[in-house]
Amino acid sequence: MKVFVCIKQVPGVSEVRIDPKTNTLIREGIPSIVNPHDKHAVELALTIKEKHEAEVIALSMGPPQAEEALREVLSMGADKAYLLTDRAFAGADTLATSHTLALAIKKLLSEKDEKDYIVICGTQAIDGDTAQVGPELAEELKIPQITYVMKFELKGNNIIVERAFRSEEVVQIETIVPVLISVLKEINEPRVPGMKGIVNAYQKKKVIRLNAEDLGADKKELGLNGSMTEVWKIFIPKRKAEKVVLTGTIEEMVQELCNNLHDDKVI
Amino acid sequence: MSIKVDSELCTACESCIASCPYGGIKIVDTGETRSAVITSECNLCGACVDACPVDAITLERTEYVDKVDKSLYHGVWVIAEHFDGQIHKVAYQLLGKGRELADLLKTTLSLVLLGDEFDDKLQDFGDYGADEVLYIKSKMLKHYYSDLYVNILTEQVTEKKPEIVLIGATPTGRDFAPRLAKRLNAGLTADCTGLEVEEDTRNLRQTRPTFGGNLMATIRTPVSRPQMATVRPGIFKANKELHKKAKITTIEKKLQEKDSVTKLLKVIKKQKIQINLEDAEIIVSGGRGVGSKEGFKLIRELAEVLGAEVGGSRVTIELNWIDADRQVGQTGKTVSPKLYIACGISGAIQHLVGMQNSEIIVAINRDPNAPIFSVAHYCIVGDLHKVIPILIEEIKKIKAEE
Repeated sequence: MKVFVCIKQVPGVSEVRIDPKTNTLIREGIPSIVNPHDKHAVELALTIKEKHEAEVIALSMGPPQAEEALREVLSMGADKAYLLTDRAFAGADTLATSHTLALAIKKLLSEKDEKDYIVICGTQAIDGDTAQVGPELAEELKIPQITYVMKFELKGNNIIVERAFRSEEVVQIETIVPVLISVLKEINEPRVPGMKGIVNAYQKKKVIRLNAEDLGADKKELGLNGSMTEVWKIFIPKRKAEKVVLTGTIEEMVQELCNNLHDDKVI
Repeated sequence: MSIKVDSELCTACESCIASCPYGGIKIVDTGETRSAVITSECNLCGACVDACPVDAITLERTEYVDKVDKSLYHGVWVIAEHFDGQIHKVAYQLLGKGRELADLLKTTLSLVLLGDEFDDKLQDFGDYGADEVLYIKSKMLKHYYSDLYVNILTEQVTEKKPEIVLIGATPTGRDFAPRLAKRLNAGLTADCTGLEVEEDTRNLRQTRPTFGGNLMATIRTPVSRPQMATVRPGIFKANKELHKKAKITTIEKKLQEKDSVTKLLKVIKKQKIQINLEDAEIIVSGGRGVGSKEGFKLIRELAEVLGAEVGGSRVTIELNWIDADRQVGQTGKTVSPKLYIACGISGAIQHLVGMQNSEIIVAINRDPNAPIFSVAHYCIVGDLHKVIPILIEEIKKIKAEE
């Protein structure tokens, strides 16, 4: 069985700050990381490999720098890693991204027209937060999808998962391989690569690069050209102008606040 | 499509670098000139174009060529979802916004529901603004099946051609919407917090937080229809007073278990105390300034006298001071209560995006420069441990007088 894991290199956005004076983004010193959800996807792929016979193949579409993220996944224990990189992929929305990933997966399956595979994604990336690539990829591969998975079990060709609806509501679903699942962080605790894993990732394993031509892609369907949506504008959220700064002693401030809130009919 | 920097015009002022969310532009010094250069990380978003004070950067967009005949597409659709026989309230919120969009576009607003045993509840959608209700009925649709939703909606959208399709950005909506979009080859924008229409082009401007809520992006689908968006619950307001007489169309489907590739084994309900921050009219939230798990006692006391729910910023959840389902912010709940009292919350943008739509925001913080004050309507610079006890007494007095 092949287990494909799709990962994304993202800026550690919880670190992204806006400079309040210039109202611009402070990017300096922000590390690029493997998208946190995706590490849980890798962990699940590795546990499948440990229990069943499987080959774990990591895929990422991104700029050449994304190789670092794939190295990290290799050091966790993935067997192979492919970086889909080409200027033609730039500006891709989720439709074009899922198309590119689908081409790669089809290419890696095509030799034997395999049906025995699972694709695992993190639910969403912390930079874009769309959660769309997984389902779109499943659609293009014409395989079932189960998203927001928090528990996973593989029995022969059957898959039984628990899918979260809301925090208190969960459904248990069964389906068969091939399938795409997207995972929530609750599913497992990603392993930390050991020394041997790290050495292997750099000395024994390779990150194989594939460009548009390697994928046999039609450039009209890639990157910005293949996207239905366009980013019309990017901006830093506006702040509301009007406000009342209360002054005086604490008692006076509280008094005035309560008067105001009472006038506003909220208390 | 390409992006170019005119090195003659560029003054190497670095404004573009600060604006770029991707690190896709840098200053290169050739010895002779210093100028901005686009790098391989560029994602062609155009943020630098707007940021450049000397117009040295140009983004050449390929001319728009329509991929479908857009004139064939009419009407705004809201797709409802349900769980346990209850319609998710985001459907009503979307009808509120959808009504506005449909009126601007002079078109109809339809509510689409896939379910069972809803027959006597359909006219309610009219009260919330729907002109039409399209009810796809089957025993199987009592529960959610990803593939059945996609199959049925593909059929309906292909036949009836709506120009805008709005879906709640819930785990259900975000499951079927992308797959539906892919099958229809339609543009889809995730988790929107703002929607506007351009009346001339009929394009939908979909605004959403990105980069963890530190940036906002406005997305359009100018060359294709339908334009699809998932919309975050709690952003738009439902309006029950719209009193439309909805035209109801019921389509009965004969579906069986074998029609789905997935089998629903069971529905598990975890016993949990129901906390519904999104529905709360008043929320009192604490942040790092509360100081400790015990410190939240004070926040709870204030909430109690106000009849409010308790919320918290991300750090308070990380430190285990309060339960995770009380988190307000980008990675937690998005709330818009009538009154939001932020106590000891500095106001990281990821928190602000989750509460800035609150009608009235009160901020109590010791640091006069805390970003929370930029969205607050009433600001108290002071120690919450001193302010809140007095506030509690004062509110008790007011309540007693009433």
